[in-house]
Amino acid sequence: MNGDDEDRADALFHALADRTRRDILRRVLAGEHSVSALAEKYDMSFAAVQKHVAVLENAGLLTKRRSGREQLASGDVAAVRSVSSLLTELEQVWRGRIARIDELIALDSTKED
Amino acid sequence: MPVTDVTHDLDTRTLTITADFAAPVARIWQVYADPRQLEKVWGPPTYPATVVDHALEPGGRVTYYMTGPDGEKFAGYWEISTVDEPRSFAFADGFADEDFTPNPELPVSQNVYTFTEHDGGTRATYTSTYETAEGLQQVLDMGVIEGATSAINQIDVLLAP
Repeated sequence: MNGDDEDRADALFHALADRTRRDILRRVLAGEHSVSALAEKYDMSFAAVQKHVAVLENAGLLTKRRSGREQLASGDVAAVRSVSSLLTELEQVWRGRIARIDELIALDSTKED
Repeated sequence: MPVTDVTHDLDTRTLTITADFAAPVARIWQVYADPRQLEKVWGPPTYPATVVDHALEPGGRVTYYMTGPDGEKFAGYWEISTVDEPRSFAFADGFADEDFTPNPELPVSQNVYTFTEHDGGTRATYTSTYETAEGLQQVLDMGVIEGATSAINQIDVLLAP
């Protein structure tokens, strides 16, 4: 991992380490939002929300475009993801569920003992 | 680990997972037939699931929501197409509004779960299919932020030569 990649990793984890930013990202991944529409969702100033959007943009998780006076933001995780890595993530969700079923049925025999 | 096989079919965007459980088929069926057990296994500990409606029958609906650490709720529904108790059932799994009205803007997956007797226990096969790669991605992006595995996977991409 070279210096540039380390910087990208830092930016990515920094961006995802904040609750509001994760929430903003979830919204823009579901569809394009204007920054002002996003700002209405949070109990903080427009400038503060704009700053969060900028952090996500620097991490490559979000892209912005201008439309008249509006800044429109949309999620852009797509750039670094392949169908294969998507299925791998889905697999992790499933492995979690299967492990929980295994734990649940293991309780049956504990009760019988 | 009970997972014995995993298949990724990139062309059909299908994930198939096979798991062997040390319990009879009827016991594994019960996990899905009992809403209180289903909610214990469906959501991760950080996003516990609550099952609301539960009609595991052809044409029936199962509705649930998952509650995030901030109290935000993510609602979903199953639309059951076929049930062959205790061997298999098939359903569509989609996102919904808080009142469980399906959200047509979010992707729906087609799922088939089958349970067969195997070596005195149960072999379960779970198949999930997404119509488009974008749909699969959207689902994961929403779910993944919950678990931050997205970040970890992206680090893998950064590390790749």
